[in-house]
Amino acid sequence: MNEVCFKNLTKDQCWSLKVYEDSGGYSAWRKILKGELTPEQIIDELKLSGLRGRGGAGFPTGLKWSFMPRHSNGQKYVVCNSDEGEPGTCKDRDILRFNPHAVIEGMAIGGFVMNASVGYNYIRGEFMEPFKRFEGALEEAYKVGLLGQNINNSSINFDLYTHLGAGAYICGEETALLESIEGKKGQPRFKPPFPANVGLFGKPTTINNTESFASVPEILRCGGQWFADIGVENSGGCKLFSVSGHVTNPANFEVPMGISFKDLLDMAGGMRDGTKLKAVIPGGSSTPVLTAETVMNMTMDYDGIEKAGSMLGAGSVIIMNESTCMVEVLTRLAHFYYDESCGQCTPCREGTGWLYRVLKRIIDGNGRQGDVDLLLSIQNKIMGNTICALGDAAATPVESFLRNFRKEFEYYIKYRKSMVKG
Amino acid sequence: MISIKARNQIDVWIAKYPKDRQSSAVMQALKIVQAENENILSASTIQEVADYLDMSGIAVQEVATFYENYNYKKVGKYVIRFCHNISCMLNGADDLIKHIENKLGVKTGEVTLDGLISVKKVECLGACVGAPMFQINEEYFENLTVDKIDKIVDNLK
Ligand SMILES: Cc1cc2nc3c(=O)[nH]c(=O)nc-3n(C[C@H](O)[C@H](O)[C@H](O)COP(=O)(O)O)c2cc1C
Ligand code: SF4
Ligand code: FES
Repeated sequence: MNEVCFKNLTKDQCWSLKVYEDSGGYSAWRKILKGELTPEQIIDELKLSGLRGRGGAGFPTGLKWSFMPRHSNGQKYVVCNSDEGEPGTCKDRDILRFNPHAVIEGMAIGGFVMNASVGYNYIRGEFMEPFKRFEGALEEAYKVGLLGQNINNSSINFDLYTHLGAGAYICGEETALLESIEGKKGQPRFKPPFPANVGLFGKPTTINNTESFASVPEILRCGGQWFADIGVENSGGCKLFSVSGHVTNPANFEVPMGISFKDLLDMAGGMRDGTKLKAVIPGGSSTPVLTAETVMNMTMDYDGIEKAGSMLGAGSVIIMNESTCMVEVLTRLAHFYYDESCGQCTPCREGTGWLYRVLKRIIDGNGRQGDVDLLLSIQNKIMGNTICALGDAAATPVESFLRNFRKEFEYYIKYRKSMVKG
Repeated sequence: MISIKARNQIDVWIAKYPKDRQSSAVMQALKIVQAENENILSASTIQEVADYLDMSGIAVQEVATFYENYNYKKVGKYVIRFCHNISCMLNGADDLIKHIENKLGVKTGEVTLDGLISVKKVECLGACVGAPMFQINEEYFENLTVDKIDKIVDNLK
């Protein structure tokens, strides 16, 4: 446990440059500065490692880095996505607070590979403690000459800045995030063109999640094969899982990919007060909910969770016991997506509001016969018909909650009260 | 008028972006100006930010209304932002929000009569393993209970 991003977690002042360097930190970056590592070698190592994007979509990081037109003229950028805001997700906050230098080193390495001399870390506006930690780490790194112009006479330049959000979940979507850095409303862009060609300020840009960047230095230090071997096929390495909800000890756990769900639940101290497990959302609020029966034999890796009928997402495991009213939970999630839709596409803007209003009337005891089918038809109209994935993220829970817990919704409509809570 | 101090703070942000891209600093500029004006934005402060960053008024206004962290109504000296999303809800956030409303004699969205505290329900603040939780101004408070809330709130002066 805790081998990569959380390697130094238990050490005093684990966020300091000294602790980071004492455990081998910045050795990959120093090798690059000495000319001992080429971009091609780094991409090969990343491909070998099996590292996949930790922001939710799971796109292979090595492959993404190879798409950047590194030889094209002009400015290029690397951007780190620390806008963490998907309900259930709270790992990037801890990486920023407890291991900020790994993010800096990962971004600097990314800058070198992509031939980008400037990077931005987009930190959500509420994360003031992580922001200050990260700024402190930047100051340390500049002071010892690990960042800046012509670093250690290597002719390598890399300047890294923070950008702070102002409260909008949609800015986690990578093109909305770029708009936001440009000082605009966070509304996702049409793709193509993709950011690798037309990104920040119109220049080629690579965007990765905080955990993805923070994993890179250790992979280069210990080798891609080492990382791959920690995990399982198609899911290299370890992953941070945020286990929240009705467990005894909710926490972030960095564990090998492929660990069984049961073991992860045990790490979190099992179900709180001996209650019975009812349902699990394995990857954050936009991934399908699973029933207790389905998760018992599930392994925590991309394929394992997919086989069980959901997605690994950002590794945000939300545990619900038998006292949970699924109608209430879905209504709360529907409210979230309704609130956070940027309003650009009609199916998402209108659909999320409609979903919420129908669920709200059910909760208020005014549900109508046929509302379950109405919800299904609305979600079906959103699915696949929008500019960005927020639309699908809003629709997915509706479908899975109704498929797995339809009875509870029908009961609520018929008796005007919760089947679980009475 | 944007104060010299605020201008200096805004300039730190402007320096992070390429030349002629000072509009990238707009989100922080609005926050900085808001902090200097009793935590409220007005049409005139928005225009001042626009002038300072050489942006059109409407462009700044779009930003100022899109993001959640800007206020147009009076808020307390302390703003309690209570997360009511899934992990916090599963851990009793709704009852705790009621508790705080009763304790302060306000509903979410309102300010106490003395102007000291306002309460707001917000979406996931990215601290779900510390649920239930809220934020007061910049600081996070996690694993809340009725007792803990009473202590924290009673200490706000
Ligand atoms: C609505 C929405 C919100 C998102 N929020 C985040 C986020 O907070 N953090 C993140 O890293 N990725 C988020 N993503 C995914 C990003 O668009 C992008 O895929 C990711 O940052 C790429 O990094 P990775 O390849 O390292 O995962 C979000 C996507 C959508 C559609
Ligand atoms: S799907 Fe929703 S959030 Fe995404 S661009 Fe369309 S309206 Fe905006
Ligand atoms: S759900 Fe409350 S902090 Fe995430």
